[in-house]
Order: sequence, then C-alpha cells, then structure tokens
Amino acid sequence: MLELIQQYGVLFLVGSWPNGPLGGFAATLILAFLGMLLSFPIAIVIGIARTGGLRAPRLLATIWVYAFRGIPLVMIIFWAYFVLPRLTGIAVPAFVTALCAIVVYESAFLGEIVRAGLQGLPAGQAEAARSVGLSYGQTMWHVMLPQALANMVPSIVNQFVSTIKATSIVYIIGVQEVTFAAQQVNSMEVGKAFQTFMALACFYFTVCYLISLIAQYLERRMHRRQMGIA
Amino acid sequence: MNFDWSFLASQSVAPRLLSGLATTLELFVASWIGGLLVAFVVVGLRAIPFPPLGWIMRIFVEYHRNVPTVVQIMVWYFGVPEVLPDPIRQWINQNQSEFIFAAIALSLNVSAYFSEDVRSGLRAIPKTQLEAARAIGLSAFSAMRYVTVPQAVRIAVPPLLNRTLILFKDTSLAMVIGVAEMTYQVKAIENLTFRSLEVFATATIAYLALSLTIMGLGAWFGKRFPPTFKA
Amino acid sequence: MRTNMIELDGVNKWYGNYHALSDVTGSVTNGEVLVVCGPSGSGKSTLIRTINRLEPIQRGTIRIGGEDIYKQGKDINALRAGIGFVFQQFNLFPHLSVRQNITLSPVKVGGMSRAQADELADSLLAKVGLAHKADAMPANLSGGQQQRVAIARALAQRPPVILFDEPTSALDPEMVGEVLSVMKQLAQDGMTMMVVTHEMGFARDVADWIWFMDEGKIVERARPDQFFTSPEHPRAQKFLSDVLRPHSVSSH
Repeated sequence: MLELIQQYGVLFLVGSWPNGPLGGFAATLILAFLGMLLSFPIAIVIGIARTGGLRAPRLLATIWVYAFRGIPLVMIIFWAYFVLPRLTGIAVPAFVTALCAIVVYESAFLGEIVRAGLQGLPAGQAEAARSVGLSYGQTMWHVMLPQALANMVPSIVNQFVSTIKATSIVYIIGVQEVTFAAQQVNSMEVGKAFQTFMALACFYFTVCYLISLIAQYLERRMHRRQMGIA
Repeated sequence: MNFDWSFLASQSVAPRLLSGLATTLELFVASWIGGLLVAFVVVGLRAIPFPPLGWIMRIFVEYHRNVPTVVQIMVWYFGVPEVLPDPIRQWINQNQSEFIFAAIALSLNVSAYFSEDVRSGLRAIPKTQLEAARAIGLSAFSAMRYVTVPQAVRIAVPPLLNRTLILFKDTSLAMVIGVAEMTYQVKAIENLTFRSLEVFATATIAYLALSLTIMGLGAWFGKRFPPTFKA
Repeated sequence: MRTNMIELDGVNKWYGNYHALSDVTGSVTNGEVLVVCGPSGSGKSTLIRTINRLEPIQRGTIRIGGEDIYKQGKDINALRAGIGFVFQQFNLFPHLSVRQNITLSPVKVGGMSRAQADELADSLLAKVGLAHKADAMPANLSGGQQQRVAIARALAQRPPVILFDEPTSALDPEMVGEVLSVMKQLAQDGMTMMVVTHEMGFARDVADWIWFMDEGKIVERARPDQFFTSPEHPRAQKFLSDVLRPHSVSSH
C-alpha cells in the first residue's frame, strides 16, 4: 500500500491540481469547512427559533430540523442537483451543488446543537438578564449565546468530523474530492483495489481521529471548568 | 414542471420503487440485527481484562467511527474479494454479493457505535449500585441483571435509537455498489424516464415516514421509560 | 403624602389547575420593608416573581409607583430596569466580570456611557464592600460575595424598589450575615424593599410589616413585634414554633 500512496499521494491529497481544479483531500476539507461555516448562521436562527416563545418560527424550525434529519444526504444531493439549475437558470457546478446540499443538511444538525446549548444554560441566566431590563434580543446576544457557544464547542468539533465523513458521497455527482480520486486510482490500477480503498480509509481515519481527539480534549477541559464553577 | 401522480402507477415506476423500498428495509433490518449481535460480542470481549484484546476492540471501534460509511462499503465490496481465496471469490461472484457486502459493512459500522452506546450506558451506573447489590447478597451476574442493566438500558436506548435512524439513512449509501435499494431505484427510474420530480417526492416521503416513525419511537421511549424512574 | 410603591389588588395565579395565588391584596408604602414568609409551597416566591412579571397573573392588578404593570403598551424592559430583583441563586453572568455584570444594563438599556457606568459600578461595589473585586470573575467569589454583587447589580439602575427572593437560602450559614447587613443598610437608607425570607431575625429587626402566606393566600398581616409575640392565625403560630424552636431529638 505504501508504494501506492507514494505514487498517487498527490492525487489523493490535491487531485489534479495544478493541472485541474483543486481536488483530493484538500477539496474534502474545504467542502466540509465551508459547509459548516455557511450553515452556522442558519443553525443559530434555527436554534433560537426552537427555544423561543413564538409559535410560528418554532414550528417552521422544527419542521426544518425533522425534515433534513430524516432524509438521507444522497437524496438531498439529488434534490439539489435537480432543483438548483431550475432555480438559478444556469448550470450549477457540482461543487456548488454539493455545498448547498451540505449546508442545508448541516444546518439541521448544528441547529440541534445550538438548541441543546441554549437549553443547557441555567434558567436563572435568562431570568436575571430580563430582570435587569435587557430585551429578548439583548439577552440572547449578550448573555445566552456567548455562554451557549462556549459550551457547544466540543459538539461542533465532533460535528465537523461527521461533515468530513459526509462529504465522501458527493463524488457521485462528479465532485473531485478524495473518494473520487480513489475511484480514479482504482480504475487505473488493476488488482490493487484493496490497497487503494484502504489508503482512502487511512486518509479519512487519520484526520477524523485526530480531530476527534481534539474534541475529547476540549470536552474534558470544559467539564473541568464547569465543575470548578459548580 | 407539472406533477403527475398517475406517472407513478405506470409499469416502469411503481414496481421498481416498491422493490427498492423492500430492499431498503431488508438491508436495514439485516444490518440492525447483525450490528446488535456484533455489538454485544464487542462489549463482552472488552469486559475481559486482557489488554491486547482491548486494543484490538478499540481499533475496531475507532476505525468504524472515523472512516466514512460509504468508504467502508467500498473496502468490503471492491477490496475484500481481492484478498479472499479463489473458491470463495467464485461463490461471491455467482451470488448477490452486493447486498451481502453492504450488509456486512453496515453491520460492523453500526456495531461499533452500538457497543460504545451500551458501554457508556453501563458506565453511567455508579459503582455504588453494584456494591449495594452485592451487599444484599446478589451474585455478580444477578447484580448485573437486576440492578445495573435495567438502569443502563434507559440511558443507552436514546443514543441507540439515534444511531438506528442513522443506519436507516445509511442504507442509501449501498447504491454506490449497485444494491437496488430505494435511492438506487430512484436514480434508475430517472435515467429511464427523465421525470424526476414525482419519483424524488415519493422516495422522500417514504424515507421521511420511516424516519419520523423511528424518531417517534425514541420520543415515546424517553417519555415512558425516563432514566430518572419518576412514576 | 406617603405613596404606595407596590399595590396588589385581587391577584390570582393558576399553574394549570393548581391555584398558586388566591386573591392576594395588599400594598407596600414608599420606604417600607415588607417581609413575606410562610411554609414552602405557600406561594411567597411565586408572588414576588409576579411583581416584575417573571410570572404572569391571570386575574387582578399590580401597580408599581401607581402604574399598572400590565398596562397596554407598557415597556416591559424599562419596567424591569426600574425594579431591582435579587435571586436565591444569585444568577450572576459567569462570562462577565463583576464590574461588567453591573454595567451591562445601565449601558445597554439605560444608555449610559461606559465611563459613567464603570464609575457607578465602582461606587455600588464600595457600598456592598467589594470595591476590590471589580475585575474578578464571579466563579472566583464566595457565595456571599456573589450575592452582594447581585445586589449591586440590582441597584445599578437606581430603582425605587428592590425585590429579594430568598436571598440567603442558598448561602452557607457563615455568609448569611454579610448579605443581611447589606440589606439592613439599604433599608436604613430608605429603600423600599419586599423580601421573601426564612431569616426571622432580619424580619424582627428590619421589617415594617410582615405578611404570612399559606396555600396562596395572605393569612396574617402584622407589625413584627405583634407577629413574633402573639401571632393570631393558627398556621402562623405553628410556623413560628417550628422555625424559632429547632426540633430536638429526645434521648431516652
């Protein structure tokens, strides 16, 4: 397997760049990172709506979350592939299609993380903020969200690992990330399928395992800090 | 873009979708049962105080949690036959190997998560419970059975149900190796008829209906069997 | 003319079918200290939380400084900024420093400049004896210190009235005194206060009136000397005998 990685390492890591678009694992990470970044504002809106007092936003946010948590990502990607060109009237590149699907998918999961973060705060915090006269918006912005976001960091890091793994399916619409690279290698080399896909697994494993270790460290640190306060 | 329900009833569509749904359910149930069985084996093996065994189990779990599910399916379907001896390989080529490999991959994948959920459920029960059980004369096994496990189950079931939901959605990944489950059929119908909307919508509704059922089951269980044992 | 700072008229509250507050009527005059006491579940905490609208009421009126707090178009945030509220669990904002806890409302709601607010915070901290802790984080303070900061926070918008919901119940016994003495000083400075508490010593020394509540109703209203020497209502008599004479376990 090592000679395979030596030979095709660059393809796995960056795709056909610089002779083509940036691909391979670099594309995987960019897709995952952008997906989470862009879905974050939506997730905050959803999380706030789900914990808020107004019924209409709460209902809409709940429907959004249940819908996108109940459908496989593959179906969402197919929908994006079908809907986006008709919506925009142009031929949407595969990367953008995949990105939109991932943003929508992630917003549901991140939205739940935000909701859990907000609901995990002691009720007294919101009460104290309202008691000194802060409005709902001011309470959310100055008191609730800062504390909730600090508590959510380990969950967000874990979700990032999930997102990286989720990007592995987008090759089916032609996005040139690392799984696509592995398929390319597999079609070029005969009889080395096991090595090829094991190498692919190793790429994912290394990065995801390391990031999940970071998440565990952050969780322990947060736990220690909370115990100190309690 | 008009919506034509009657299209769904036509010959090339309805049977295909139904067969896809059936395959999805078969794959889901097979992988769920397989995953649960392997999970209990893993939990049991990890309880044995033999460090190398613990290490192997740890690697098993971490591999399946950090490698994407679709890649695991690919390793099994494309990679494993290569390293198997010839007679087995021939048998595989003659039988429905796609389904079998997908089921194996999904079972092992979900078992890693299931085993961790069960273990954290057990870990959540304080040692003092076990001590109290032994102090009134229960054997180690009885203590497990009557004291630890009933409490641990209530804690473990919500994450187990959550992972079950994810397993259900992951059956759609088997389409990449040609398993004719529902998403595969959706794509096949689209390629045949070039009419996507009705088929997408139906498959989406089918997935949602089953997912919501699983989520509803989780909610019911959480209410009916709360971990705090309040009446 | 002495005005009524707080007026309650026929206040009723239900939690579902549970009648938590039943026809509560009474008033607190400007500059007075009212202590509300009673067994747990009597509704005293619920009552005080309805006054700054933390809990809604279903019937009756509540007036602060003559104004109905449920009047149409009432700015609820301005209302709350004008009432000080001290919680049993202090509820300081852990991610902000002591000074920031105090200045948050004057700056964001009161429109004060940061410099003015900081000055105000420092003077209030001096008043409660914690001037040296202005930059500390709440997590580094003892319970008694946190509660005193909470009192300073409640004073930051210069409210004419402060409500205390069991301010010392969550404190270790040796810290109760420091909080009570701050409250006593506030009373002596003429603040209108409504205090829900079990601290009968404080009630006897500082209160102008005592309301004894039971099952959502005020069953006895009295001046402290009368309440402690000859309570009229049988429930009040039982409550006082339980509270003032700790249970002894007889030894044979």
